[in-house]
Amino acid sequence: MRRSVWVLLLAMAALLIAGCGRDEEDGGGEADPGITDEEIKIGGSYPFSGPASAYRSIAEGAKAYFEKVNAEGGVDGREINFITLDDAYEPPKAVQNARRLIQQEQVFALFNTLGTPNNVAIWDYVNKQEVPHVYVATGASLWGADPNSHPWTIGWQPDYVTESQVYADYLDQEKPRAKVAVLYQNDAFGEDLLNGFKDAIKGTDIEIVAEESYEVTDPTVSSQMAKLANSDADTFLNITTPKFGAQAIAADAKLGWDVLHIINNVSASKLLVLEPAGLDASQGLVSTTYFKDPAGPDWEDDAAMKEYKSAVGKYSRLNPEDPFGVFGWGAAATLVEALTNMKEPTREALMEAVRNMQLKVPILLPGIEVKTSGTQDGYPIEAMQIQRFEGENWKLVGDVIQAPHSGGS
Amino acid sequence: MSERKLRLAGVWALVVLALLVPFLFGPYRVGQFTLVLVYAVAILGLNLLVGYNGQISLGHGAFFALGAYTSALLIEKADVPYLLTVPIAGVVTFVGGYLFGVPALRLRGLYLALGTLGLAIALPQLIKRFDGLTEGTQGLTVEQPTSPSWLPFADDQFLYLLTLLVAAIMFVAAWSLMRSQAGRAIKAVRDGEIPASTLGINLASTKTRVFALSAGYAGVAGALYVFAIGFVAPEAFTVTVSLAFLAAIVVGGLATIVGAVFGALFIEFVPVYASDVNDALTGVIYGGVLILFMYLLPDGAVGLLRRIGKLVARRPAAPEPEEEEEERRPAVAPPGRGVPAGKT
Repeated sequence: MRRSVWVLLLAMAALLIAGCGRDEEDGGGEADPGITDEEIKIGGSYPFSGPASAYRSIAEGAKAYFEKVNAEGGVDGREINFITLDDAYEPPKAVQNARRLIQQEQVFALFNTLGTPNNVAIWDYVNKQEVPHVYVATGASLWGADPNSHPWTIGWQPDYVTESQVYADYLDQEKPRAKVAVLYQNDAFGEDLLNGFKDAIKGTDIEIVAEESYEVTDPTVSSQMAKLANSDADTFLNITTPKFGAQAIAADAKLGWDVLHIINNVSASKLLVLEPAGLDASQGLVSTTYFKDPAGPDWEDDAAMKEYKSAVGKYSRLNPEDPFGVFGWGAAATLVEALTNMKEPTREALMEAVRNMQLKVPILLPGIEVKTSGTQDGYPIEAMQIQRFEGENWKLVGDVIQAPHSGGS
Repeated sequence: MSERKLRLAGVWALVVLALLVPFLFGPYRVGQFTLVLVYAVAILGLNLLVGYNGQISLGHGAFFALGAYTSALLIEKADVPYLLTVPIAGVVTFVGGYLFGVPALRLRGLYLALGTLGLAIALPQLIKRFDGLTEGTQGLTVEQPTSPSWLPFADDQFLYLLTLLVAAIMFVAAWSLMRSQAGRAIKAVRDGEIPASTLGINLASTKTRVFALSAGYAGVAGALYVFAIGFVAPEAFTVTVSLAFLAAIVVGGLATIVGAVFGALFIEFVPVYASDVNDALTGVIYGGVLILFMYLLPDGAVGLLRRIGKLVARRPAAPEPEEEEEERRPAVAPPGRGVPAGKT
């Protein structure tokens, strides 16, 4: 008994000696963590394993760009150290990763963390920590919707509302009385695009005549496709992620459904969607894009594309035709520009640069700019171009369609 | 020093270390140790069921999830003070475990294991279906408890100490339960159902109560998990979680109280280090370490400590009275048909 009392006392003493609280940093004055004269630490969380691991190419593409910049002397002499962690596309792991990157690795900024649910899971925390959370790899419209409540978070790619606006504009010109059947994924992504489309067709003669949804966990969409094919629609808007996109393309061909088939950008990959579904079934598909297609012949002699291909060959094991690599490359190029424009090496200065930018990124389509302005415009890319699948490749159609978010929210 | 005193000293050393953790490490590490405590509570609950009572559950992740969502929803949607949600989550999962336990009583061994496995598979899907309430795959962000201003702790330290307090209560409760008459009955059921029933133990009610209690532990752990992570989503509660808990009780040591802490350390840290070695081979390394563990330490970490303790104590000390015989039994008897109870 005496012993246990003694030990308890010791424990209490230890607690007191340990000095109670830890000295918190005030933050003011000193340079922000993760940035020195030699190095900038950037952190990212990606699905390197699990069902969405195809997206790992985005991290590879970004890494290749940073390597290229480092080989050329870095950003103002600072080498970029891009630390990536695996979250298997699971939001709880993304939360752990964000904490680890900020508290343990002490990164200067989070960059390009991937997935809508994953970023929703971390953005409150990251904004509370006042760490830049830039160019998140998701197309949800909420990243730019309210810069005041989450000033440290910003997207990059055209969001789903912009994309649906582009489809509506295209239909209004090509097929003004279109009767549209919609297949959509029943989650934030699908609803974002569908609601954006509904808003965009207000005041036009386009109408939605049938709607079917599926869950990400469903095995197939064949029954939904059969129902949609029975409607009197003449246009099919396919709002799906890659696996279901391929199923819907195959089902459309099998059912002999004679409609204008629009497939959303997420599932427009030739490598991951069209080839598995069959290129015959994919003829005449319409979609959107905003960066140069690494697989097609259009950009073979383009300087930016050549630079991209030689860098990924040198610094990564990426398939150079993988479009996700181009995505990561473009986002990384935008970040490097923002880092170069920082007036001082602080997190606030980085956000200042990110939020006031007008930039042509060479790997993006001509006519598409990265443009933000303070809290007025929190959407970096707001233009896309229609593309149609013909023969072996996507062909660009018409001009770039600018679809800026209407003012206000 | 006798073995018993050694063990006592070991437990006290663990307590002191646990108190020192938040002052020795940075916030991220402290957060990891908070999770270790959270897991330890769930693992302890599962060990009451598997180790002490000889029933197998592959679905404790489901009760963990139930507790977590109970707490998260109460905090976010009903503005219940967060501390209050811990006992509520415990009671809700206790009742849930009881209701599940009544029909599941007819199942034993593998059949119970499969029944609970079904629970673990179904629950994440259910959470997604009720997305009006649970926000579905999107998950729920929950405001984390912060250190009250009159305490000189940083938030992460406060959170750790709070979790430690709850965990300590749960550990002491389990420890005293197992030393009580009810505890002896629980073990007797594991060691032989027929002998136990001839001693007047009601098999059905004992098993159901242990199942419910064990679910309640998982529920409390779930609520603490919400505090520690500040976020819940269905993906956090896949079958893997249930299996990790089961692996942890074996790694820590079946039918031991402190084993839960070692098991929790294992499932928190090994995957993290494995992914540092090679992020494409995380699963392979984790699995490999687990296999190695089973080869080298079949009695778990506590078994190893006991062997060391025996070596140290191997001085002519008089044989101790067998006070805590359960701690010495090589408790790997398959459920339902173990060694008949020797002396109780």
